[in-house]
Amino acid sequence: MRRVLRWFPVFLCLAISACSLSHSPSSTANKIIINRGSDTMVNLALAWAEAYAGVQPSVSISVSGGGSGTGITALTDKTIQIANASRAMKQEEIETAQANGVDPKEFTVAGDAIAVIVHPDNPVDHLTLQQVSDIFSGKINNWDGVGGENRPIVRVSRETNSGTHVFFLESVIRLGRKDDKSIFSADTLLLPSSEGITSEVGQNRNAIGYDGLGYITPAVKMLTLAADPAGPYVGPSKETALDGTYPIARDLYMYTDGEPTGWVKEYLDWILSAEGQAIVAKLGFVPIV
Amino acid sequence: MVKRRKLFESVIQFLIRLCGYSAVLFVAAIFIFLLQAGLPALFETSPASLFGQRWYPIENMFGLLPLIYGSFIVTIGAAVISIPFGIATAVFIAEVAPRWMREVLKPFVEILAGLPSVVLGFLGFLVLAPLIRTTLNLPTGLTAFTGSILLAAMALPTIVSVAEDALDSVPKSYRDGALALGATKWQTIWRVTLPAARSGVLTAVMLGIGRAIGETMAVMMVTGNAPQIRWDGLFFPARTMTATIAAEMGEVPGGSTHYHMLFLVAILLFLISFLVNIIASSMLFRAKKRAERMLS
Repeated sequence: MRRVLRWFPVFLCLAISACSLSHSPSSTANKIIINRGSDTMVNLALAWAEAYAGVQPSVSISVSGGGSGTGITALTDKTIQIANASRAMKQEEIETAQANGVDPKEFTVAGDAIAVIVHPDNPVDHLTLQQVSDIFSGKINNWDGVGGENRPIVRVSRETNSGTHVFFLESVIRLGRKDDKSIFSADTLLLPSSEGITSEVGQNRNAIGYDGLGYITPAVKMLTLAADPAGPYVGPSKETALDGTYPIARDLYMYTDGEPTGWVKEYLDWILSAEGQAIVAKLGFVPIV
Repeated sequence: MVKRRKLFESVIQFLIRLCGYSAVLFVAAIFIFLLQAGLPALFETSPASLFGQRWYPIENMFGLLPLIYGSFIVTIGAAVISIPFGIATAVFIAEVAPRWMREVLKPFVEILAGLPSVVLGFLGFLVLAPLIRTTLNLPTGLTAFTGSILLAAMALPTIVSVAEDALDSVPKSYRDGALALGATKWQTIWRVTLPAARSGVLTAVMLGIGRAIGETMAVMMVTGNAPQIRWDGLFFPARTMTATIAAEMGEVPGGSTHYHMLFLVAILLFLISFLVNIIASSMLFRAKKRAERMLS
């Protein structure tokens, strides 16, 4: 019996791969949109898909997460119609896609601010970007280094396949400098989900983390940030992200293979319409119009 | 009629033989696939990178040592907790507990084995990790130690159930003999029953450890996944090989260096669990031979 059970996963894998092989070409038969990628965007994409079911019931949209890299890989492998990404595609990813006969087309669908979060009881409430960078790269290891209590700093981050991770690395840790090669300190906790981050930061007074504004819960405290030590220190919100005063804001993207046509184009047009963007605002992200 | 039965017999025999061979075939096929996908990594990265202290695929840093260290320390921690506890539980169930208690305890231990690891991981993240942080006064509760405790909980049912079977199959005459010579109950258990069931108990331990090495979900949720090597690593975050594969396999473009590296990690895991299994079965084999010798 144990022998049989041990092989069960293998059969399961075979069965799943058989299913996924037969799955991909069927998308032309019915009006199906498979939408995968960024975990930051998964709730937003779900809300869009649900609302769109009321607008265009004949189109069925399946949404899943996994990280920006996951979505881009799936688009490159032609298994999905729309990839969600919380960062722009890298040059090498575009080249890989083109080598596979996929021509990625980019749409900016929403904006997002990255909040730096700590435990509510942490006396620190503002930091400069340089301090945040020094904390996450391991140069500052105690909260007293930034005017806080004498406590060790526990850094909390998303996994490396997250677009938020890459965005934070490039625009905060490296402060946007292309030649800067500093990376996250080796003892940074890499948690597989946004929920993991807010719950660890909400429980642990030593912790500092970051996540998209749409995922911040009342259990944590958001820091105000400034690019320049003289200030002004600005907290993350829709308004400050939109007017550019909050220093770490970004765009969220959807990618299609080539210029979209048919119902995929209709869906993207709807997302960019006032109706689609109202949902963006409702979920705590920043509308682009 | 007889001919037909013979034909039927040979068809069945053939099918059964096929099932038997297919197990070997699958292992071989998986290993060949792993080698094919993983070995290119050795040529695409320098040995300096492979033996580096840092695993950070975004910057093409593929140091395997922190991952091996992470798996090692979490597994050792789990073994240290689960082996004494598991064997003691097995001894209690097999030797000490009255019949009715035994009939309650054994199924319950086996239910524990059926708990999905995600559920355990979730409990570990929400309950165990904060508890460990506050009681041990650590910077964070997401540590290798937390993972060890969860893995111990997962390995326990295997160890208890297999070890209990082994203890149970020790002939009653051994115990009677020991008791008749004036040994106490404890002396009988420690000097007679346990040594007699030694091979089965060792198998139990090996199977339990094998389960611990390969476990992924629970570990990924509670160990913090920070790839680092430090002497007091048990009480700090660690990243295991399994968690690395699970967390990163979804995003890698097929055929990239990172992809090959993850398969190289998988080869390492495969070899380790293969080794554990071989050790376990060779122990069983040796014990059987010894028993045969004693009988003749």
